[in-house]
Amino acid sequence: MTIDEIKIGGMGASRRRVEDNRFIRGRGNYVDDVVLPGMLHMEILRSPLAHARIRSIDASKAWEIPGVRLVLTGDMMATRNLAWMPTLSYDTQAVLATDKVRFQGQEVAAVIADDPYIAKDACEAIVVDYEPLPVIVNPMQAMADSAPLIRDDKENQPDNKVFDWEVGDREATERAFAEADVVSKLELHYPRSHPSPLEPCGSIADFDRSTGKLTVYMTTQAPHIIRAAVALVAELPEHMIRIISPDLGGGFGNKVPVYPGYVISILASILTERPVKWIEDKTGNLISTGFGRDVYLQGEMALRKDGRILGVRMHTISDHGAFFSDAQPSKFKIGLMHSAFACYDIPSAHLTATGMYTNKAPGGVAYRCSFRVTEAMFFQERMVQAAADDLGMDQAEFRRVNFVRDDDFPHRTAFGFLTDSGQYGKCLDVGLEAIGYEQFLKDQEEARKKGRLLGIGISTMTEPLGAGNSREYDILGIKMFDSAELRVHMTGKAILRTGAKTQGQGHETTWAQIVAHELGIPADDIVVEEGDTDTAPFGMGTYASRSTPVAGAAVAMVSRKIRAKARKIAAHLLEVSEEDVEWELGRFYVRSQPDRGVTIQDCSMAAYSNVPDGMEPGLENTAYYDPPNLTWPFACYIATVEVDPVTGVWDVLRMVAVDDCGVRINPMIVEGQIMGGLTEAYAMASMQFITFDADGNCVGSNYMDYLLPTAWETPGFELHEVVTPCPHHPIGAKGIGECATVGGPAAFVNAVMDAVKHLGVRNVDMPMLPDRVHQAVTTGSDVSGMPPVRTDAP
Amino acid sequence: MYPSRFNYESPSTIDEAIALLDAGRGEAKILAGGQSLVPMLKLRFAAPETLVDINNIPGLGYHHFDEGGALHIGALCRHEDIEKSTVIAEGQPTIAAAAPLVADPIVRTRGTFVGSVCHGDPQGDWAACMIALDGFIVAQGPNGRREIPVESFVTGPFQNVLAHNEIAIEAVVPAPRGEARGAYLKLERRVGDFATAAVAVALDMSGDMVLRAGIALTGVGGTTVNAAEAADSLTGSTLDADSVSRAAELAAAAAQPRSDHRGSASYKRHIVNTFTARALSGIASSNERAA
Ligand SMILES: Cc1cc2nc3c(=O)[nH]c(=O)nc-3n(C[C@H](O)[C@H](O)[C@H](O)COP(=O)(O)OP(=O)(O)OC[C@H]3O[C@@H](n4cnc5c(N)ncnc54)[C@H](O)[C@@H]3O)c2cc1C
Repeated sequence: MTIDEIKIGGMGASRRRVEDNRFIRGRGNYVDDVVLPGMLHMEILRSPLAHARIRSIDASKAWEIPGVRLVLTGDMMATRNLAWMPTLSYDTQAVLATDKVRFQGQEVAAVIADDPYIAKDACEAIVVDYEPLPVIVNPMQAMADSAPLIRDDKENQPDNKVFDWEVGDREATERAFAEADVVSKLELHYPRSHPSPLEPCGSIADFDRSTGKLTVYMTTQAPHIIRAAVALVAELPEHMIRIISPDLGGGFGNKVPVYPGYVISILASILTERPVKWIEDKTGNLISTGFGRDVYLQGEMALRKDGRILGVRMHTISDHGAFFSDAQPSKFKIGLMHSAFACYDIPSAHLTATGMYTNKAPGGVAYRCSFRVTEAMFFQERMVQAAADDLGMDQAEFRRVNFVRDDDFPHRTAFGFLTDSGQYGKCLDVGLEAIGYEQFLKDQEEARKKGRLLGIGISTMTEPLGAGNSREYDILGIKMFDSAELRVHMTGKAILRTGAKTQGQGHETTWAQIVAHELGIPADDIVVEEGDTDTAPFGMGTYASRSTPVAGAAVAMVSRKIRAKARKIAAHLLEVSEEDVEWELGRFYVRSQPDRGVTIQDCSMAAYSNVPDGMEPGLENTAYYDPPNLTWPFACYIATVEVDPVTGVWDVLRMVAVDDCGVRINPMIVEGQIMGGLTEAYAMASMQFITFDADGNCVGSNYMDYLLPTAWETPGFELHEVVTPCPHHPIGAKGIGECATVGGPAAFVNAVMDAVKHLGVRNVDMPMLPDRVHQAVTTGSDVSGMPPVRTDAP
Repeated sequence: MYPSRFNYESPSTIDEAIALLDAGRGEAKILAGGQSLVPMLKLRFAAPETLVDINNIPGLGYHHFDEGGALHIGALCRHEDIEKSTVIAEGQPTIAAAAPLVADPIVRTRGTFVGSVCHGDPQGDWAACMIALDGFIVAQGPNGRREIPVESFVTGPFQNVLAHNEIAIEAVVPAPRGEARGAYLKLERRVGDFATAAVAVALDMSGDMVLRAGIALTGVGGTTVNAAEAADSLTGSTLDADSVSRAAELAAAAAQPRSDHRGSASYKRHIVNTFTARALSGIASSNERAA
């Protein structure tokens, strides 16, 4: 009688992804697939210059082109009070430029026409007279006394500073440094990258004057937040706004912010009374939408001779581009940068952070991480390796000595986070064993004698996921809970809706597995729907690996509410009191007579046909889940590499990943997430950056220059697991979407540094292009590159 | 992609295609594999009035060695045809070595060898091979055919000497004077990337004696660089440590690289030196093994 949970696609089943059925057949339904009657098309004219005053905009030629319905400029937006919009970081951002352009690619005008070809032709016909201004492409330039003021639109903004911020205990940290035997220092740059989802951003705004309802199809990871934002910014009543986020071709954080294109398309639809479609092109996406990283670190560690870390000091300088539109929900200016060193038992730590405006695209996003956690963990693990080297200590041993011990949870980190569980030493051991650590060190020694450069790099980290508990995290004041609504139909089939929004993570598969686990309904009998604010319960969307920690918990909780009601119905059907009813997967039975029972399907049928007196019919419920804390998965990544000393080319020999993400709902999807994350980590380490020349031209505005690795060069990954369930999550899961992107890069960089450290090199900034590695090897010095890229006269 | 408006023509004979080009008076462009032209249309860097698609002209997809040993590559022979060709694998080592390094597998199914040479991109891999091999282009216009050495075919970035009404019909690699030996080494950031720097080496050898040498460089100048001095330094000599390093240095000296996001000028020069030396030493050691 007992149901085999794996067979019904429950917890632990590597169930095939149900959404792939339509994706691999080309039957997905993305924003650009939606066609509405009478729909017009919008194209945005972008600035070719990074910093310039707009003397005039002449759109008369554009208006003359047949098929052009509307041309919008900043001045026209201003008459509606929409030339500027508030950002998620309490700054303002230009929707269409009125006074100046502040980065290359900034939105200057928009054309709405009968088809996209005409709209594009008309954009070319708009004449903009620019007066070029001096350009700032990195935060050091922005700090110079002579630096031009980028945000002259703002009152009380005398310079280019966005913020100064600090966290930690300054005095205790100073004392630690005074007592230190050794102080290890490291300076480096985490370059600007771009989440680069394959589908760029886009929207179709459809304002119906007869009903007063605005429907917007939009590439958004957080449809309900958008609805709230539109209600607040456009002053439309919230019940008259419907945001639909259909299938998304990836998000990676890029589709959290509100972009000017969305706002313009909405106004255009209101003005034309026609649906208006805007689909950004790939270049538009790469040069104008939310980027990741771009942070400089000055790091110092106070060390005792025996290897114990006494204190950590970090100073970060971050480049926010022209507007401070970081898309993050925390109260901390530099996001969760201070989650650094959470896996190490450190007495004191202090972080200071300075943010600067530059003439670069705005919108720092949490590219596949909780905000700034990728930088935090990279800085941490690079500093850890440098410290081990400075002490002359084995890098694995150095970590082991400083790890928080298994019996030391809950643990308050030096920066004040509360971690709750983990087996750090065990994960490290599994990794070292898998890679054959001792043997590799011998091989490395031998190879070095022959002039070959082998290296091994470790990265261990615990990262905070699942923003977050409502005390510390909110967006526009809205608390960071999430929700699930479950409707079990008469025949025992069900529909589940959540406030999250899948972008490829496989929610349609995984959520059904959680319900199957809780209720014994086969996963195939449950359809999962997300993304439509008229039907989905209110939720905060998907980013920061928060879906499983928050919405996934809500799915478990709503299933339990359903089970509680079903139990009452079961008692009624079995004609016993509720206390005498026992539950096993998919079935209630009488405690004293285990073979007398009813299935969950019997109960659902009864819920609509035979409820006990006084009970409401139906079997539906909703749960809102406010997590008590963040979740803290742990990971150990170990890479081995060989560096060609002549060319600086490096190859990955092996990459071992040990992930402890708590309980795994669908192991196949978890492994897919890890492999995808490691691929992105490898990309950042080896080839990927959005960089700028001295004039502020974006080098990396298409896929010929912004490189995504292919199957060809991506190394093979060897995956291992350790499971430490999350103590406060209903099903013990911790989240996995981002661990590998966050922890992976340092493993590659540490490996290359390990190969060349005997030559006197301590740092080569990412991406470790062969040129940079070669320069480090031949000069025996660090290559810590600062944009702009070096260019010289032809 | 939203290019400017254009007319599309799809002739089925070469004469028809030439007539369309002629009528276009310089505003018509040939579309071969489209792997360079279509991106230019997308970016609106190119906005021709008319596209003359030659893909429906039969009989241009060939490649073969003629009786005299010269290799002929027709205007519609794709990169992939060359990569998979057994005759080229056996008979033309420089081209065989470059074939799997041109673009990525998807682009290779469409892009053409001749189109690549016509495109005149200083980062194109085939032009370097052709210069190293003393190859030429056969062009046909209203007044018949002519042969143009690739060395003088490309006049600048994305410019060639074809008249507006001429089509490149085929590329020809002359028969080697001795045994054809060669290599193509390319440094790229990722598969499908253009070269940070690349070196084409083509040697005609008799035993271990170099009878004729060609060395050309990709991605290190405003056009493909003919490292003629480096090549000449090898003619009449054997491949030993001295001759190899001399040629490598001369090749590096011929390079005119620029610093950019792929790497610094000095690094690219260093790669030219290294790759020239590695290519030549590779040929020398495989000679030894054969001996
Ligand atoms: C992603 C990507 C990566 C690439 N990477 C590389 C690389 O690493 N190395 C490399 O060498 N190339 C690379 N390329 C370019 C590729 O090799 C092209 O196929 C080639 O440059 C042009 O050949 P085509 O047949 O596609 O020509 P088209 O794009 O059709 O034409 C190119 C130009 O040549 C002209 N033309 C074409 N055929 C003729 C003819 N028979 N007579 C006269 N004029 C003609 C056209 O009018 C046009 O001006 C890459 C392309 C892409 C899209």
